[in-house]
Amino acid sequence: MLVNDVPKQVENIITTSCYDCHSNNTDYPWYNKVQPVAWFLEDHVAHGKEELNFNEWADYSSRRKNSKLKSIISQIEDGEMPLWSYTLIHREAELSKDEKKIVLEWISKLKDSL
Amino acid sequence: MKKINLTKGILAITLVALTVTSCKEVKKEQHIDNEHHSDGSHDDSTMDSSNDMMGNDQHASKSTALVANYLELKNALVADDKDAAAKAGGMMVSAFDDFETSSFGSEEQQELKDIIEDAKEHAEHIEKSPIDHQREHFDVLSKDMIDLIAITGTEEKLYQDFCPMYNNNKGAQWLSATKEIKNPYYGAKMMSCGSVQKEIN
Repeated sequence: MLVNDVPKQVENIITTSCYDCHSNNTDYPWYNKVQPVAWFLEDHVAHGKEELNFNEWADYSSRRKNSKLKSIISQIEDGEMPLWSYTLIHREAELSKDEKKIVLEWISKLKDSL
Repeated sequence: MKKINLTKGILAITLVALTVTSCKEVKKEQHIDNEHHSDGSHDDSTMDSSNDMMGNDQHASKSTALVANYLELKNALVADDKDAAAKAGGMMVSAFDDFETSSFGSEEQQELKDIIEDAKEHAEHIEKSPIDHQREHFDVLSKDMIDLIAITGTEEKLYQDFCPMYNNNKGAQWLSATKEIKNPYYGAKMMSCGSVQKEIN
C-alpha cells in the first residue's frame, strides 16, 4: 500500500477500484479467456501499471510520488478513473460520491504530508 | 650480373625492412608519448581550468535546449494551441533523454535524476493529451524546470511567474523569457492573470 497506516476503508476502496490495473495483483476476469478481449485487456493493464503501479510505490522518489498523487486526485475528481470501460463490467469498482470523498480527502492529506 | 641483381635485391629487402622497423619504432614512441600526455599533467590542468573558470557556464548551457523547448511549450499553451504544445512536449522528451548529468556532483546528479524522471513523464503526457491535461502536466513540469534550473543555472534570463487562480486557487508557477505576463494556464480566457515572482539569471 501507499504507506503503512492506510485506513481499512480507504484501502478497501483502492483495492477494489484500482488494483486490477495499477498493481501486480491483477484479478483477471473470466472473459480474459476470450480473444481478442485478452489482448485488449493485457494492453490496458500493462499501460495502467506503467502509469501507476502501487507495488512500485516505495521506489518512486518523493517528487514522483507527489506528481502521482496529484494525477490520482485529478483523475478521480474528473471521473476519468476508474475507466468507464472497466466499471461497465466491474460495477463494484465504480466510486460512489462518498467513496470519492473519502479517498480524495485521504490522498490530499497524504500529498500535503510529503 | 646475377650477383649484382641479388645484391641489389638483398639491399632493397634490407632497406624496406629497416624502413618498416624504424617506422614502427617511431609510431611506438609517439604512442607512448600520447599515453604519457593523457595520463599525465596535461589533461589534469585542462580539467582544472575548466572547473575553475567555466564550471557554471558549462552547466548553464546544459539547460539551454530544455529551456528553449519549455518556452516553446509555454507559448503554445498561451496561444491555446494544443498541437504546437504536443510537439514541444515531444521535443522536451528528447531533450530530457539527451541531458547528461555526469559533470555534476553526486548529490546534484541524484536530484537531477529525480527531476528528469518526473519531468519527462509530464512531457510525455503533454505530447498526447487534450489541452486541459496538457496544462495540468505543465503545472508540475514547470516546478520541475524551476528546480532543475536552480541546479544548472540558465544562459537566458528568465522570469518566474505565478497565477494564483489555477488548480482550484492553489496557484501555479511558470517560466517566461519576457517580463510581460501571458498566462499559459488560461490562454485567451485570462491572458494577463498572474505576476512575476522573481527574476532568474
